[in-house]
Amino acid sequence: MLTKRIIPCLDVKNGRTVKGTNFLNLRDAGDPVELGARYSDEGADELVFLDISATLEGRSTFLSMVERVAEAIHIPFTVGGGIRTIDDIVKALDAGADKVSLNSAALANPDLINQASKRVGTQSVVVAIDVKRSGTTWTVWTKAGTEPTGRDALVWSREVVERGAGELLVTSMDRDGTTSGYDIELLQVLSECVSVPIIASGGAGTMYHALEAIVHGKADAVLAASIFHYQKIKIKELKQFLHSHGIPVRV
Amino acid sequence: MVGIIDYEAGNIRSVVNALKVLGVQYVVSNNLNELMKATKIILPGVGEARSAMLSLQRVGLIEWIKNLNVPFLGICLGMQILFESSTERNTTCLGIVNGTIDHFSVANKKLKIPHMGWNDVHIIRDSPLFAHIPSGTYFYFVHSYFAPRTDVTIGETTYGVPFASAIHYKNFYGVQFHPEKSSTSGLQLLKNFVELC
Repeated sequence: MLTKRIIPCLDVKNGRTVKGTNFLNLRDAGDPVELGARYSDEGADELVFLDISATLEGRSTFLSMVERVAEAIHIPFTVGGGIRTIDDIVKALDAGADKVSLNSAALANPDLINQASKRVGTQSVVVAIDVKRSGTTWTVWTKAGTEPTGRDALVWSREVVERGAGELLVTSMDRDGTTSGYDIELLQVLSECVSVPIIASGGAGTMYHALEAIVHGKADAVLAASIFHYQKIKIKELKQFLHSHGIPVRV
Repeated sequence: MVGIIDYEAGNIRSVVNALKVLGVQYVVSNNLNELMKATKIILPGVGEARSAMLSLQRVGLIEWIKNLNVPFLGICLGMQILFESSTERNTTCLGIVNGTIDHFSVANKKLKIPHMGWNDVHIIRDSPLFAHIPSGTYFYFVHSYFAPRTDVTIGETTYGVPFASAIHYKNFYGVQFHPEKSSTSGLQLLKNFVELC
């Protein structure tokens, strides 16, 4: 049976992971490759590396990190952050990434999704959507969640899927960093409206939150950063917990 | 030495990285003279059946593959084109094994396509390819078309419909999943191919 995926997300700045980690026994927790390998050993199903470097040097460091990740870690991984053009996408995949995640660039130029999926296949194109609740609807934000776009999250989700997104990475900005749980209602509504896998992001604090996102939110995968970095939840334990609740996971 | 056929179908780098970890000698090429020196052949592949067949035709490898007698491993699309045909753009494939590759939507309209993620492989026939790998092990899949279950099936997986996730016929092996992306189990499978097949 196809399993639900657990995906740790690593923010990378100038080739180093940010958000310090509590990992013991790691020579260098700031090294994205070493941290990624640790997660892979613990049973992570995929990894996401987000480049938050603001400089050109930072970006080229990121690409060489992608190459090192591909050499050292043999599970699928997605890279995102700062991907603007088809050339950026091809470079990231050539460096060894399996998928790229598009966010602001797709909002600024939606045709990039069409071009990307045509060039590299829908399976390699993830569209990341940052949303904020406004009453009974959700609005899409851009530029790392600093600017509202006025777009409705459901309308945008349908559009990106039509254009060739193979997967949606949906972050609830209301929940992000709160550890109060994923926005289940958002996930429910989205999974009803699109036919591609949905990765839930933003708000994970407990193992129960992941279960809830999968059972009630119908998410295909759950992504989290800090709870894994700070070892508040260990991936192995989370998988055992989900397994004991009847969720198909790779254990 | 393992020859990896480079036919512009992507994902060669991941296969190379996996062989490097295993310490296996390899050559990546689409040149017949180079590939003929190899004692094993891997045909990786992400992409689409018709383009893959056209690329193989362009570099003149089709007849050579059909007549190979060294161990051969087709991965993902590289396994699919071992069959007679694919409904993906009505493509005539290599025809080394019998059967037609079909789209998942034909089997089950409600499925999310592609079939993407970790799924379990049930070993239904002994093969050196699965040495030290228990039945029910998870491997990583990404595909929209699937192979039928036939007498060459050695591994089976279900996604809306049961399909052949691994095949073995004479010196030809094929896996629908990506061993190069399937962590330690995947590396074990590649090691098996290199050492035991």
